[in-house]
Order: sequence, then C-alpha cells, then structure tokens
Amino acid sequence: MSWGSWQNFLAMGGYAFYVWGSYLVTLGLILAEVVLLAMRKRTALGRFRVRGDTGQGDR
Amino acid sequence: MSINWFKYSSPQTFFPLAGKLALWFGALALVACGVGLYIGFFVAPTDAQQGEAYRIIFIHVPAAWMSMFLYLVMAFWAGLGLAFNTRLSGMMASALAPTGALFTFIALWTGSLWGKPTWGTWWVWDARLTSELILLFLYFGFMALQAAIDDPRRADKAGAVLALVGVVNIPIIYFSVKWWNTLHQGASVSLTTAPTMAATMFAGMIVMALGFWFYSIAAALMRARCIMLERERSSDWAVHYAKRSA
Repeated sequence: MSWGSWQNFLAMGGYAFYVWGSYLVTLGLILAEVVLLAMRKRTALGRFRVRGDTGQGDR
Repeated sequence: MSINWFKYSSPQTFFPLAGKLALWFGALALVACGVGLYIGFFVAPTDAQQGEAYRIIFIHVPAAWMSMFLYLVMAFWAGLGLAFNTRLSGMMASALAPTGALFTFIALWTGSLWGKPTWGTWWVWDARLTSELILLFLYFGFMALQAAIDDPRRADKAGAVLALVGVVNIPIIYFSVKWWNTLHQGASVSLTTAPTMAATMFAGMIVMALGFWFYSIAAALMRARCIMLERERSSDWAVHYAKRSA
C-alpha cells in the first residue's frame, strides 16, 4: 500500500473524519485508562503512608 | 512435576506475579499494536467497495471481540468466586469489568463512525447494535452494583450473580446477524469457513486483536493489584509492600 504523500495518508481517501475519529478516540480512552490505573495505585499506596507517618499503627 | 495452583489464589503470592506479568503483557501489547497498525495502514490494500473507510475494521472488530470475550472471562471468575469462595476470583472479576466496558464502548463508537459513511446512519436499532449496547449496560450495572455494596465479599457475590445471568446476552450478540435480518453484516471470519477478505486485511485484524488481548491482560492485572492493595490494607504483605515502594 503506497500513499504517495502524507497529505494523502491523512486524507484517508476523504474518510479522514471517520477513520481518525475512530483511532484517536480509541487511543485517548486507552491512555486515559492507563493514567487512571497509575493514579489509583498511587492513591492506594498513599493511604498506607498516612497511617505509617503517625507511628501509631492500626487504629 | 506438579504445580500447586492454589498457591497463586492468595493475594500475597499473586500480587508480585501480577506486577511482572502486567509489565510483560503491556510490552507485548505495544509491539503487537505497532505491527498491526503498520499492516493495517501500509500493507493492506484499499477496499474496492468502501475505499479507505474500511480501515476502521482494524480496531472495530478486535474491540467487539474483546468486549464479548472479556465478559465471558469476567463471568468465569465471578462464577469461580461463588463456587469456591476464593478472595482473588472476585477481585479478578471486578478488575476486568472497566476494561470490558471500555472495549464495548470502542466497538460501539467505531461502529457508529463506520456506519455513517457506509450505511448513511450513525445508529439503527437492529439486533447486533442493540445487543452490544445491552452489553455495555451490563458492564455498567455490574460496576454500579458492586460500588453500591460496602462489604467487598457481599459486593462480589451480588456482582457474580448479575454477571452470570448476563452471560445469556453473549450468544445473542454473536448469533444476532444469523438469527435476525440486520443492517450489520454477517461474520467475515468464522471458525468453520475461510475468511472472506484479503489475507493482509485479515492479518492486520488478527494482530490488532492479539494486541488488544495483551493490553486487556495488562490492564486487568494492574487493576487487580490496586484492588488487592485497597482491600488487604491491614494485612502484613500489603503494609510491607507499601513501605518498600515508599
């Protein structure tokens, strides 16, 4: 498959909105899930830290 | 040599293993999606009927497969949790639901963007589209039900019953294009016949499906680790891990 130029590639034969609309939203959602997972882990670990700093163990 | 599978059914032994596996499957997902996108955009030819619009297939079909497959895996873990009362099973079911919902949404979204240029409409209430939408609501229902119950073990049990009842929707989605007259086309790929598309198109789709599969494993394992840390907050292994990673 040869596109000839980047303009042709980005134009997707006139279907740019549909094709890139699909791919960009998919990419965005997957990246969002990865970021949310990293944040959730940080929050979970943060709860341990707060408890550990008081030096009083479980309350 | 015999392997003690129950060894990995306890969170403290599964937690570090899940971390390693998530990393490896994440890397594999990147490689597979890279290769799949290359085949999809630079090897596969233009479709004779649909022009370039058909290239949505490389995410639409794999996402739709994953949406159904992840539901079955989620229901499997939920059922295992109900039957054997193992802590980890419920955690795995909960860890799979958001990723399953994500792929269901992607399948619907890309289907809509594909429907407009080829069918002339964003949406129709035909059997395939409607049953896939119900799948999205089943995932949401599962997550909402679990979130509404404070005790995690009770939340697991209630969620498991909902997940198992919802399994009936999966064959309905899969066979909808055979059982009813739908605007959605029939299967291009099936286990019994040769695929009705160019070999390179087919290859791109399969490699992307592999990539989504690897990604789902990585994401579910990452989420399972979060759930383990949240639920086992007072156990020694979790406190120990939190101290080391601080």
